[in-house]
Amino acid sequence: MNEIKNNTDEKGHISVRNLNFFYGEHQALFDNTLEIVPGKVTAIIGPSGCGKSTHLRVYNRIFELYRDQRVEGEVLLDGENILSTEQDLIELRKRVGMIFQKPTPFPMSVYDNVAYGLKLHYKLSKGEIAGRIETALQQAALWDEVKDKLNKPGTALSGGQQQRLCIARALAVEPEVILMDEPTSAIDPVATAKIEDLIEQLRNKYTIVIVTHNMQQAARVSDYTAFFYEGHIVEYGVTKELFTRPKKKQTENYITGRFG
Amino acid sequence: MSLFQETSTQNRSDTIFKTITMGGAALILIIMAALFIQLVNSSWLSIERFGLRFIYTNVWDPIHHIFGAASSIYGTLISTLIAMLIAVPLGILIAMFLVELMPPAVSKWIGVGIELLAAVPSIIYGMWGLFVFAPFMAGHVQPFMKNVFGDIGLFSGPPIGIGMLTAGIILAFMILPFITAVVRDVFTMVPSVVKESAHGMGSTLWEVTRQVTIRYGFQGIIGAAFLGLSRAIGETMAVTFVIGNSHRIAASLFAPANSITATLANEFAEASEPLYLSALIELGMLLFVLTFLIQVLSQWWLKRVKKSMGVQ
Repeated sequence: MNEIKNNTDEKGHISVRNLNFFYGEHQALFDNTLEIVPGKVTAIIGPSGCGKSTHLRVYNRIFELYRDQRVEGEVLLDGENILSTEQDLIELRKRVGMIFQKPTPFPMSVYDNVAYGLKLHYKLSKGEIAGRIETALQQAALWDEVKDKLNKPGTALSGGQQQRLCIARALAVEPEVILMDEPTSAIDPVATAKIEDLIEQLRNKYTIVIVTHNMQQAARVSDYTAFFYEGHIVEYGVTKELFTRPKKKQTENYITGRFG
Repeated sequence: MSLFQETSTQNRSDTIFKTITMGGAALILIIMAALFIQLVNSSWLSIERFGLRFIYTNVWDPIHHIFGAASSIYGTLISTLIAMLIAVPLGILIAMFLVELMPPAVSKWIGVGIELLAAVPSIIYGMWGLFVFAPFMAGHVQPFMKNVFGDIGLFSGPPIGIGMLTAGIILAFMILPFITAVVRDVFTMVPSVVKESAHGMGSTLWEVTRQVTIRYGFQGIIGAAFLGLSRAIGETMAVTFVIGNSHRIAASLFAPANSITATLANEFAEASEPLYLSALIELGMLLFVLTFLIQVLSQWWLKRVKKSMGVQ
């Protein structure tokens, strides 16, 4: 897998080493080792229950909200092990934003939704906040649609708009990495296309890791793809290669639709 | 009768079912209306005699047949307000603790305990209030508050234990289980993906709860608060035991006071005069109207808040 270029100087470089994950007694991930290339889009694919989301949820340690879930191994973000007990969780989650399967606008106005993280992490004047909010909404390709309804509740937007609002909210705090856990699974095809366009535009500015059950989506949006099966990383490589000339039989079976 | 012209059995049975359920629903409105009419009718003597003065004057003189219920109304409102100020924040905190911080097994047992607390009859609270809590208030809490805040205004007068503050606190104890139980359910209903999302932004648990969970469950929390409020405002026995039963409006929270329900409980048996009885029934009617007004206002307010926050 030496085609995966590894420029460690860039920010947002994730290096996963021998990651094992447990739900209580049950082991869900086995010795995952992976280099996420900064500034690129990496897709994680695989059949349901293969550990894609579980793997992603380690990167911002969101799994720690639940008892009985624990992890072994190392995840290095820009060279530092984020799984160490010294890692400040708040700081980690500022650097690593996350988008979920369903849009999760908070019960507040569009404006306050985007301002949410800004107010948590920065001390800014009102004018600065307004500026950052406009930038974030523009980056999320939502500004033109919501500039007249910034005071409307975030929940009043359509599903696709809500998801882009969540992306804007994540972008506003200027993260290095954006994790997307099946971000289009709950929205319609047109809105999905918009989100995919958006991912295209965010490429090179952010490191994006996207979990998707949709292989076409992985093929369309990602530079690199990891195929997961039963908690193991079966194959990882340049997306085009993996989809056209898979090296492993299991990968081939999956992408040709023989199971999954 | 078009209702019974249907021919098929299914249609006929549907019609009968509809009529019965509609009748049941209508019964509620009929009972409400009948109750109100009866209350107005029975208190007419007093309404005719005192008019609006009944509400804003504070003379309660059965011997000279002059009745003004201001002290009872004031006592009901203030004791309920004290109870709400204590029980709502405390209930939210306890619910937060149960849902977010406790292991589920422990949380379940504490939940059972809370439900048991809700089942304690109010007279038990009243007796406990009179024999245990009031002496404790007189001996420790009230002298302490006097030391801290000074012997003025809200905290003036002798620390005798029974009075407005004690009644309010007992009421708070009584409604706390209701509020906690409902708020706990509201918190558990907030989708975990929304909470995760807030945590994912780098919020602390407190920030998630304050800015997302509470807002998300706002409607339910207000519902819980009003459940507690309507119980507190109509609570009789516990309040009667500890409020002091004095027809005076005092600035001090330590002073004995009265509430609509306490006045009714204490004086109904002695009311031999028609005007006296009529005045007491008017008090009951005022409680009815007060509860109704609070419900209407809260619904209206909730609608406005919901619109601005966009919670379904």
